[in-house]
Amino acid sequence: MRLFKIILGVAVVGILGFFGIKEIIADPVYFLELFLGGLTRGSIYALIALGYTMVYGIIQLINFAHGEIYMIGAMTALIVASVLGLWGWNSAVIVILAIVFAIVYSCAYGFTVEKIAYKPLRTAPRLSALISAIGMSLFLQNYVMLAQTSEFMPFESLIPDFKFWEPVAHIITAVEMTIIVTTIIVMILLGMLIKFTKIGKAMRATAQDKIMASLVGINVNRVISTTFVVGSATAAIGGVLIACHVGQVNFFIGFLAGLKAFIAAVLGGIGSVPGAVLGSLVLGISESMFTGYFWSEYEDVFAFSILVIILIFRPSGILGKDETSKV
Amino acid sequence: MKSFFKTLALALLTMVVFAAPGFAGDTIKIGCGGVISGDLAPYGISALRGAEIAVEDLNAKGGILGKKIELLVGDDVCKPEVAVNMATKLVSDGAQMIVGHVCSGATIAANKIYKDAGLIVISSASTNDDLTLKGEHPNFFRTISYDGAQADLMTSFVKNNLKVKTVAMIHDKGDYGKGQMELARQYFEKLGGIEVVLFEGITTGAVDYSAIVQKIKRSKAELTMFGGYHSDASKVVGLLKKKRVKTIFFGADGIIGDNFVNLAGKYSDGVYATGPNDTSSNPLYQEISAKHQKKYGEAAGTFTHNGYACVQALAAAAEKAGSLDYDKMRAAMFEIKVDSPLGPIGFDKNGDVIGAGFSVYQVQNGKYTQVN
Amino acid sequence: MVTKKEIKLSFVIALWFMVLTFPIMVIKVNTIKNIVIFRWENLLWTGIVCFFASLIWNYFLRMKEEKKKSDTKEDIPIVHRLLQNEKFKIPFLVAIGIFALVYPFVFSMYHTSILISALIYVMLGLGLNIVVGLAGLLDLGYVAFYAVGAYAYALLNLHFGISFWVVLPISALLGTIFGTLLGYPVLRLRGDYLAIVTLGFGEIIRIVLENWDELGNGPRGIGNIPAPSFFGHQFNQHNSVIYIYFIVIGLVLLTIFFVNRLENSRIGRAWIALRDDEIACQAMGIDKFKTKLTAFALGATWAALGGVVFAAKTSFINPMSFTIWESITILCVVVIGGMGSAIGVIAGALVLILLPEYLRAVAEYRMLVFGALQVIVMVFKPEGLIRSVRKIYKFEKIKE
Repeated sequence: MRLFKIILGVAVVGILGFFGIKEIIADPVYFLELFLGGLTRGSIYALIALGYTMVYGIIQLINFAHGEIYMIGAMTALIVASVLGLWGWNSAVIVILAIVFAIVYSCAYGFTVEKIAYKPLRTAPRLSALISAIGMSLFLQNYVMLAQTSEFMPFESLIPDFKFWEPVAHIITAVEMTIIVTTIIVMILLGMLIKFTKIGKAMRATAQDKIMASLVGINVNRVISTTFVVGSATAAIGGVLIACHVGQVNFFIGFLAGLKAFIAAVLGGIGSVPGAVLGSLVLGISESMFTGYFWSEYEDVFAFSILVIILIFRPSGILGKDETSKV
Repeated sequence: MKSFFKTLALALLTMVVFAAPGFAGDTIKIGCGGVISGDLAPYGISALRGAEIAVEDLNAKGGILGKKIELLVGDDVCKPEVAVNMATKLVSDGAQMIVGHVCSGATIAANKIYKDAGLIVISSASTNDDLTLKGEHPNFFRTISYDGAQADLMTSFVKNNLKVKTVAMIHDKGDYGKGQMELARQYFEKLGGIEVVLFEGITTGAVDYSAIVQKIKRSKAELTMFGGYHSDASKVVGLLKKKRVKTIFFGADGIIGDNFVNLAGKYSDGVYATGPNDTSSNPLYQEISAKHQKKYGEAAGTFTHNGYACVQALAAAAEKAGSLDYDKMRAAMFEIKVDSPLGPIGFDKNGDVIGAGFSVYQVQNGKYTQVN
Repeated sequence: MVTKKEIKLSFVIALWFMVLTFPIMVIKVNTIKNIVIFRWENLLWTGIVCFFASLIWNYFLRMKEEKKKSDTKEDIPIVHRLLQNEKFKIPFLVAIGIFALVYPFVFSMYHTSILISALIYVMLGLGLNIVVGLAGLLDLGYVAFYAVGAYAYALLNLHFGISFWVVLPISALLGTIFGTLLGYPVLRLRGDYLAIVTLGFGEIIRIVLENWDELGNGPRGIGNIPAPSFFGHQFNQHNSVIYIYFIVIGLVLLTIFFVNRLENSRIGRAWIALRDDEIACQAMGIDKFKTKLTAFALGATWAALGGVVFAAKTSFINPMSFTIWESITILCVVVIGGMGSAIGVIAGALVLILLPEYLRAVAEYRMLVFGALQVIVMVFKPEGLIRSVRKIYKFEKIKE
């Protein structure tokens, strides 16, 4: 069985590699474009996937409403930016304030959602919490739709088309570059937060064993809240960036993005932060390549097939640890 | 547990209340079905508001056959199975004629119920060829021309006026967008001389379309034809421009209207689209726009005037037939001439509109301007 | 009843929500015309509503806590108690039977029509209940098998003119085959990994249907699917709705019968054991894989049956009807109704499917209320409206 797996793997990689290299040599710029496009997409997935994976790591809940937090971040940025723009503020100040408000409000929403819909369900069956999350997701979508509008709203890009960027703009736009760079910075900061700070340590401890963590004096409820807040903040950054990229926002953008990010998180091994990033990049780049070289109709089929194949061979995702279960 | 019984009791009570036979008599009920929630809601709402304004106007003049008109509204969320339930509801509630629906799939599914109940249906937005050309829906009429007519216009304009050789066709995989593009491809094949270098579907609402944009660029298509709605179209257009891809963008009636121009902003300049003939110089058209602005506080939507025309046509047919009897109404539908906001219109033997066709528009200085 | 502290807390919460909802509730920007409207009255309303909502919320939450503390003994839902009571059981069932029998003749076609929809969901819910509720496998791609059933009827009828009654067993078989095929590679995955892979399969089937025009006419769907015939006799629209209604009632009864028998069978016990503890279950000598696969395949069978009825009822199908939301709705039916409990699932389906229909009175707020209700039900009744009850065998000493 093991030999069979290895042979199969080598064969697949070989065939893909052969044709891949042939294509790359034929048109290297095209390959680069697709790669960078995939990287952009993967970065966005990663920003959202972090929230999923962190929450899952700590309370084993698929936070279905996470995509909505991302949407609310983008929405808040749009509202703040337009109001300040009408008041004639300086554009640099607008950018900073819009992003700050988006992050603060997303965090507040993430925090509140946890308190209302998940905290009372801590001891309940896990599926109940999932349904509660689905309900919350529906509620938030419709709340934004009713309070604002059901139509798409144009979102003026907060990041200008820099003059000096013009020569490479046909390969990668300034906004896309910003997305990639921001994601890298956020990842590094987050990595440091988890690795070196006290709260990061508390998070890791809680993820390992909630009861034990509380016994050594960690306020578990506070750690869970913090996790939601941090996850929401990265989602908000993702929301603002993607709104700049595609130039429009409506109440429904969170659903598909959230779903994809969740798949990415599972692909990488849910519960693992580096796994979420890796899974997102794999998903984003492979989607982009598939569209570029094959048929975009089946883009999602391909994404799901990768997921199925990887999970069949590595049942806990790329970087997930195999769980040992106890009776 | 108690709460469950309470809910059940409440539900039963509502059932009884709702099931009470409709008060027959003094009003004529027009059912208005369409998508009024979800992401396609703007289309349905615009048609509904047109119908509402028309009903107000008619009632001010004394209604149809001396009776006031009442509008029954149903939301089909653009889904066939919901449309069927909703259609039965409209019929049960005593609707005597129907305006709607918006999405062709929903219309096809719901029309089975209407046909059986002997109701005349008139749609302002369902453009699927099968609805009229197959003859399966004798009770169906529409005030918008059908997809085939539009595809014909699009392809001949591309060949004769724009004179391009290679075309990339992108659709949103949906009922409307894909159907439109497939028809256009058939017409291109018939015309000859134009090569379709790319025919692909994209996922509606995806996070990013840069891969497909790069693919269009690589195909070196001189023209990109898009079948779908305005939000996806504006994303693709924006990315095409941002990635400095030189290609003409051409869409169908899904992207006509101010919605698209507003969303795509500066990137919309130079975009071509086909859409219903521009009748904005028609005094009735302007009157409706003014009424809409006053009543709802915003500019009229894509199908508002069309929805208005639907109600007008139904009223005219009922007056002509002198009753609401199905056969008489249907016969009258073929004879009437209506002075609608779309200009004078009538209906041909298939139920398709005569007098309201399609034109080609281009966005110039942030406004769609007729170019053919 | 309400303490001073709670009032104070609610006040703070209301303030918090006023700040929280400020940008979205109060400011409305029109980026096209560049107008900003401040809707200050909304701020006030949010504050007032949140204040009272929080009072009520906290009150009920406290009640729930207190009840949990005081009442340790097993609290059996009233429906189960009624059904266990023989004196009550017969009249209760007879009443429901009579109600179901006269329903389509008393109420209008619309009500019959939506009840059919709800009953289809009862079937789907009971089917998914086998997978999720009994065997504990989270399946988010259940809609795939539903689609298989619906397309099986539509296509077999379109190409070969096969009638409803013949397709019914064929599609059940197809459902089983698909369930086995899809289940085979993925069932060794655990918990949420399984959920996401099944979700993937569901989406794959939908996308293939969407793009493969030669198979099912792509997004334009298949129309003119005939309603079932009665020994060759085709009813008119009105009567055929009633006819379908009785077919569905029959199928639901069949489903209930099957599920009930299964639950208390050897395989049913194995499912429940597997759900509760996989390793212990294996140690007892139960073939884990085979047991899971049976659950998966049986669940798929019911979904396919539901699909056939759905196609016959709607007369038009396209891939739009088989999105992931459909899977989620079915899952909600099972969990909100009460996992593992057949009565619960029936109640869940009726409430969840009929409620949005009757909420049409509040048209645009419908989904908002629906979402909120889901959260509320889960918070206050985490085990569902009607929770399942394990069979308890009491050992009593014989009096001498």
